[in-house]
Order: sequence, then C-alpha cells, then structure tokens
Amino acid sequence: MFVTNLTILVLAGFVGFAVISKVPNTLHTPLMSGTNAIHGIVLLGGLLVIGFAGNSVFNKVILVVAITFGTINIVGGFLVTDRMLEMFKRKPAPPPPPKDGDG
Amino acid sequence: MLAVFLQNPNFIHILYIVAFGLFIYGLSGLTGPRTAVRGNRIAAVGMAIAVIATLLLRSEGNWALIVIGIAIGTAVGVPAARRVHMTAMPQMVALFNGVGGGAVFLIAWAEFRNTHGYTAQATYITVFSLFAAIVGSVSFWGSNIAFGKLQELLPGRPITLGRAQQPVNGLIAAAAVACAVAIAAGSHQELLFVLMLLAAAVLGNLMVLPIGGADMPVVISLLNAFTGLSAAATGVALNNSALIVAGMIVGASGSILTNLMATAMNRSIPAIIAGGFGGGGVVEGASGAGEFAGTVRSTSAADVAVQLAYARQVVIVPGYGMAVAQAQHTVRELAKALEARGVQISYAIHPVAGRMPGHMNVLLAEADVPYEQLREMDDINPEFPRTDVALVIGANDVTNPAAKTNPASPIYGMPILDVESARSVVVIKRSMNPGFAGIDNELYFRPNTAMLFGDAKTAVAEIIAELANI
Repeated sequence: MFVTNLTILVLAGFVGFAVISKVPNTLHTPLMSGTNAIHGIVLLGGLLVIGFAGNSVFNKVILVVAITFGTINIVGGFLVTDRMLEMFKRKPAPPPPPKDGDG
Repeated sequence: MLAVFLQNPNFIHILYIVAFGLFIYGLSGLTGPRTAVRGNRIAAVGMAIAVIATLLLRSEGNWALIVIGIAIGTAVGVPAARRVHMTAMPQMVALFNGVGGGAVFLIAWAEFRNTHGYTAQATYITVFSLFAAIVGSVSFWGSNIAFGKLQELLPGRPITLGRAQQPVNGLIAAAAVACAVAIAAGSHQELLFVLMLLAAAVLGNLMVLPIGGADMPVVISLLNAFTGLSAAATGVALNNSALIVAGMIVGASGSILTNLMATAMNRSIPAIIAGGFGGGGVVEGASGAGEFAGTVRSTSAADVAVQLAYARQVVIVPGYGMAVAQAQHTVRELAKALEARGVQISYAIHPVAGRMPGHMNVLLAEADVPYEQLREMDDINPEFPRTDVALVIGANDVTNPAAKTNPASPIYGMPILDVESARSVVVIKRSMNPGFAGIDNELYFRPNTAMLFGDAKTAVAEIIAELANI
C-alpha cells in the first residue's frame, strides 16, 4: 500500500510540474488562487476521519472545525478565482499581445 | 443493490480518477487566458465529484456534524469570496490558504486521538500524519500573519529578532521534530502532540513576521505549496488517492510558481525565508539609501494635463497605490481621453507590481483596459527612451533605479521598469513615505521627475478635469 501511494505521490508531483511550467505572468494570481482552492480537498480527510470520532466531544469539535475550514477553502477559493477570471473573459482575449507596437 | 454498487470501493476509486483527471485538465486550462474560466470551473466540478464520492464511501455516522460543518463553511466562504475587493485579493488568498492548513493539522490531531496515539498504525502512516500536522500548522499560522500584514492589521515592515532569528527558528523547528520523533518512536502522549503543534505554530509566526511586504506574494505562494504538500501527506496517511494527487499537484505547481515569482524579483527563496528584506541588510540598506543629492520637484494637475495632452507616447506604470485608491477605472478614463487626442497609451506591468504577480492585470482587466495595451517588463523597457511621459501611479519599489546602481540597496539586482529613461516622469503618490520595501526611491530626486502628491484616484480625476479645459 505504501509503495503504491508513494508512486502516486511522485507521479502526481511530476504532473504538477508539467501542467504549470508555462504560465503568462498575467495569470499568476488566478493560478495561485485556483491551486489554493484545490488543496481544499483536505475536506475529504475530515469527512472520512469524523466517521471514527467515537464519543469524544473534543474530536467531534475539531473535526467539524476542520470540515468548516476545508469547505471555506474550496468554496471561497473557486468562487474568488472565478471572479478574477471573469474579468479577463469579457473581451475576446487575443492571443499573446502583438509585438508590432508603435512602428 | 444500487447502494452496494455505489459504495463499491472500485466505483469510488473510478470517481476519484475522474475527479483528478478534471483537476489536471482544469489546471492546464488555467494557464491560458482563453481557457482559464472554463478550467477553473472544470476543476470545481472535479472537486464536487471527489466530495460526493467520499460521502458515498463513508459508512460511519456523524452525518449531522458533516452537514453543520459544510453549511457553516459555505455560509462563511461564499459571501467572503463574493464581497472581497479585487485589491484585497492577496490577503483573501492567504486566508483561504490558511484555513486549508488549519484543516490539515486538525485532521491529523483527530487521527492521533482516534487511534490513541497511532497505536497499531504502520510507521509510514504515523510519519506522514505527523508531517502533515507540522506543515499544516506552520501554513495556518504563517498565512494568518501574511493576512494580518497585507490587511495592515500588523505592520508591513519586517519584525525580526535580528541575529538571533535563525538560531531561534532552528531551535523551534528542532523542538517540533523532536516531539514528532518521540511520537513516531512509540510515545502515545497527547501532550507531546500538542507541544509539537505549538512549536509549529510559533515557527509559522516567526517565519512570516520578519518578511518584508515586498516579499509577501512569494511567501503566500510558498505557503500554498506547503498546504498542498501537507494535504498530500494526509492522503498517504489516510490511504486516499484523491488527496494524494490533488495535494501533490498543488505542492508541485505551488513550488514552481514560488520560484517564478522569486526569479522575477531576483531574490532567492532561502534569502526570503531567512527573513527581513535581504536578511540582516534591512537597517544598513535603508539608512544608506536615505541621503540623495537633489531635490524633489512637485507639480500640479494642470501641468501634468498639458504635458500629457501634447505627448506622443505615454506609458502608465500602475502599482499598489492605484489598487488601494481603486483608481483603475479613473485611470482608464484618463487613457481614453488621451487616446481621443491621439496619444499612444500603454501600461507597463512589472511582474510583481501590486502585491501579487498578475495583480495589476486583474485590476486593469476589471476596468476594461484592452489586453494588448498591457505590456510586460521586458517588452516595454526598450520603449522608455522613446516615451514622452511615464506616468507612475502608486508604484514605487519596481521603479527604483537603485536596484541597478546601488549595490548597498536591499533591492539591488531586482529587475525594474526603466522609467527614469523616459523624457519626463510624473509620479502620483500620497506622500514621500517609502514604499512597501521600506526604502527611499531615488527616482523622485531625478531632474526629469515631477511629483504630483495626492490620492491616486483624486489626482487622476483632477488631471482629467484639467484635460477637458485644454
């Protein structure tokens, strides 16, 4: 199991590098915000672990807080990224700015 | 029957594969302006699938608590994301990143308690869970400090322990690791776990407090990568492939982004983490840059209007001051008025203008500035000698010639916009206070520079009014 997970871990790392390597400066902020939303996936951890919280009130409290945090991370992250990107979308964005400039 | 099928681990796994396929596809869309909106939404769909799959997978109780958690999270997250001003975006990202880190360390803590101190857990599970706890806690507290600084709840300047900083940080990190090692070696003491979390919390604070405002975007990006890595570690500890893949992709892409930003500022990541602006150089750099020969020339809106109206080519250099004053729409109006007079307008965008890479692009896009007028640093720098007026609106450190000429300056070596080579430079600025990096800008003392003091929005509006009279 460990070796399988480690394989997934390493390969996912390479995918992460490959996907991101070429990004125009313009999109750095939305990209940071978008990846930020994706690590909200820790929410899944909260959903799974709370099943085993037993009778401890303290366990339940910290897990509800964790689920709340994870949800904020996901919902807020995607919405805010969407808002930022909508601003780029309004005009039919031409591909990279032409270099012909002022001749 | 259906329920059995839906809860089949293989089916869940297939849903996870669909989910992270969508993450990867969505993220690759986020790297281009045309596909970005769709990319983000595709990633969001992937997230929804991952969450639903996990809800199907779990057979244990506490459903009510899950509903409560998700409801509160949505009630907080949605309005926060809807209402935040575009100018406050960096601190919002810091905050969302922080809660992610918070979730990670809380989950690790709950896991520790559920298993009575990792009793009967494989060593690797213990190790990854402890790693997640430490890194998640560092990320949570570090992000909160970053938020506090950007929101100006805390002073933006570096707060350091001076020479003691590195040894103190090292000791605290060692303390956190020592607690972790003791737990991994078989101790079931919760006190040790709590001490470890506390040490990591102190470390998160001490890591970000000494970092000057100018380095803040890099730090947020770094903490973003940290949270991603800690989420991936949580995934290994919980044997959940969706968490591993998504967390690791963020960890990897966050590292690249951090590196890109640091490169744009000609700063090394270790130097940034080492604290203060340029490590111990803060004080010397600041005092060394304090005495320039020459005087500051102040001008009026009417003068600037005349200069602009008769210029052939004007380059607008926006910075954080424009963002704070919400002046992007007014600036766009000015540009339109000038274009109507045949003046050629472009905008010079420094990679780290504002508080985040791309920050200015977002704001100017909001004000409907045509994409082609936004020019990146390397593209626009050769144009400055041919520029009649460079209009600097609330930008400071990214125009400081000291970065090229003064090796004693803390920003020495950072690529800057060559504003000073324009025939004439007009700087709109609230006061002579130094910028976020806390250093003076010798641009203001140049003979071809004139200062127009005032709030960016008001000043630009005044120029527009004067322009109408010409």
